Amino acid sequence: MRFEHKDILDIESLSVQDISMILDTAEGMKEISKRPVKKVPTLRGKTIVLFFQEPSTRTKSSFDIAAKRLSADSISLSKSSSSIVKGETLIDTARTLEAMNPDIIVLRHGCSGAPHLIAKRVKASVINAGDGIHAHPTQALLDLMSVKERKGKIEGLKVSIIGDISHSRVARSNIIGFTKMGATVTVSAPGTMIPRGIEELGCKVAPDIDSCIDDADVIMMLRIQKERQESILFPTEREYSNLFGLNSERLKKAKPDAIIMHPGPLNRGVEISNEVADGNNSVILDQVTNGVALRMALFYLVAGGSRNVDTI
Amino acid sequence: MLIRFKGARIVDPGNIDEEQDLLVKNGLVHALIDPAAEDPEPEVETIDVTGMVLVPGLIDLHVHLREPGHEYKETIETGLRAAAKGGFTGVCPMPNTHPVNDNAQITRFIVDRAKEIGLARVYPVGAISLGLKGSTISEYGDMKRAGMVAISDDGRPVENSQVLRRAMEYASGLGLPVISHSEDLSLAKDGAMNEGIVATRLGIKGIPNAAESIMVMRDIAIAELTGARLHIAHVSCEESVDAIRHAKERGVRVTCETAPHYFTLTDKAVADYDTNAKMNPPLRTEADRLAIIKGLADGTIDMIATDHAPHSKLEKEVEFDMALFGIVGLETSLPLSLKLVQDGVITMETLVEKMSRNPAEFLGMDNRLIPGNVADITVIDPDRCHVIDPATFVSKSRNTPFSGMEVKGDVFLTMVEGGIVFQRS
Ligand SMILES: [Zn+2]
Ligand SMILES: [Zn+2]
Repeated sequence: MRFEHKDILDIESLSVQDISMILDTAEGMKEISKRPVKKVPTLRGKTIVLFFQEPSTRTKSSFDIAAKRLSADSISLSKSSSSIVKGETLIDTARTLEAMNPDIIVLRHGCSGAPHLIAKRVKASVINAGDGIHAHPTQALLDLMSVKERKGKIEGLKVSIIGDISHSRVARSNIIGFTKMGATVTVSAPGTMIPRGIEELGCKVAPDIDSCIDDADVIMMLRIQKERQESILFPTEREYSNLFGLNSERLKKAKPDAIIMHPGPLNRGVEISNEVADGNNSVILDQVTNGVALRMALFYLVAGGSRNVDTI
Repeated sequence: MLIRFKGARIVDPGNIDEEQDLLVKNGLVHALIDPAAEDPEPEVETIDVTGMVLVPGLIDLHVHLREPGHEYKETIETGLRAAAKGGFTGVCPMPNTHPVNDNAQITRFIVDRAKEIGLARVYPVGAISLGLKGSTISEYGDMKRAGMVAISDDGRPVENSQVLRRAMEYASGLGLPVISHSEDLSLAKDGAMNEGIVATRLGIKGIPNAAESIMVMRDIAIAELTGARLHIAHVSCEESVDAIRHAKERGVRVTCETAPHYFTLTDKAVADYDTNAKMNPPLRTEADRLAIIKGLADGTIDMIATDHAPHSKLEKEVEFDMALFGIVGLETSLPLSLKLVQDGVITMETLVEKMSRNPAEFLGMDNRLIPGNVADITVIDPDRCHVIDPATFVSKSRNTPFSGMEVKGDVFLTMVEGGIVFQRS
């Protein structure tokens, strides 16, 4: 089986088979990161541009390490080092990137749909590293990988996502991804953070956190962005934490084997307490580890790889 | 010289709907005669329009001609060329130019420039408030003398209700109608398309119907208070149609317009981040589209205007959030609206009311095709099938979501004051 996609722009455009193939490939990649010499020559001579129009150390480092472990040459462009600040349009940027003849462009952008605009205009593969409040496909894929690793499957699981669904690309991609792979997704947040029509993505909406954690196999907490307070989404962090934060008291209501996830960075004491973040149910660090393997898998697949990873 | 339109069905609401030959002389409607009748004079230029529909010239109550100030998007000349090609003999340009049309000098500039060009008549709409800032009212009396026909801060609402009240009271005394761009800016803030599942999927911030209807209701209340003549621009959603219907039942002096995109498309057209489907108010849901069609059919919606809003490629080939609102409409309005007749939603006569008679009455004009009236005429070829191709537009801009759409019916000829300003070869 070959991987047919030039770009990874969102989860919607990936089939169940595509996702399974990505997860299987990523599992194979994980072994490389455990070797004493964590480098294979697979993508030697390939150029990967990491273009981050929005700041993000975590995601960018993850992509960067993934590229290096596959021996690709990666170059980073950030908002300040590129000319986008000087009034260059995104299409100009696309042309400039194209002129460097990259094989893969990893793009993080503040506007929803920006990677789609670029992908239509460049020959290189485009991997969306997060666009506006639209999609964050690599995060959803690494979350699927982490759940599958712990639970052995995804189908039939109950997944609860708690936090600002309205402004979260992680939530959107995870709702679509987990639903597609056969899990049941429930979201919960104050009414200000639930976008209209979200049920049509296939999830349920729970009125409060307690009613959706008691039978959940996976509890995913989203980061509350303090700057959002301006748009009147919640009165205070204290109140948010009381109503929707996950602490050890609340966790007692959950199943003992429920796993706790968070895309990071954490707001300790707001959406998640220290004890829960660092507790036995937490897979937050697995998510980071799996992020590298998953991104290696995507580089490998969009670069045309289809061999069994064991032979790498 | 006498011009004879031969063989057309003449549709002039309230006056005539039958096959007659129309004679034009010295820029005026000369007579309507039996198709079998002999030429009344020896020197006659006959235009064969057999099988076509001849109507009083179409009038578009809502366009943006961009001059002065944004000539790279459109000029009065290119805009009027697009109007003539679209079958419009008259257009009302909105005042959000640079500088804003909030004083008689700008009004006069627009009127004079349009007269020089002569392709279509121009009836400028002046600004309600100086600089469209919503605080001080403009010199409506002076501007009216220069040719202004109505006032509007289109592009923005008048947020302060007291300012709007004073503007309405003042305009009433001068016999000027007020055109409302109904938008609650706080509800619409940062929104770039209709709020709903499509926006949620695309990760684009939404503009709810209530952002429009709440201001429609407020403006109706102020019109009721002041007795002013109110016209609601670009109605896009069900709640607005309902509010206007109820106001009309109460006897409020309110009329309204919609645009072809609101009864042709829904927010699904935005899929894949097509910035040519981005306008304000935004494309709504199917339920809203059907409510607009119902409003057109039951007479709640009086007019079809285009909200012709040209923008350059640079302003549209960008991230969806960054793209400017608006689409061009002059060259696609008639074919898209004829679909309503083909679908049996409204009759040809009603369509002519909405695109010609009602706008004319709004402007205080008698445009009936009767002897002695000015010969502003549009001839429609109802059977011409074609695919909308922006490359053929004469407007300076190409920002349309209708590229590639198959349509039936088009303009054959446009005549202003007895002179042919457009004829399809
Ligand atoms: Zn407007
Ligand atoms: Zn407008």
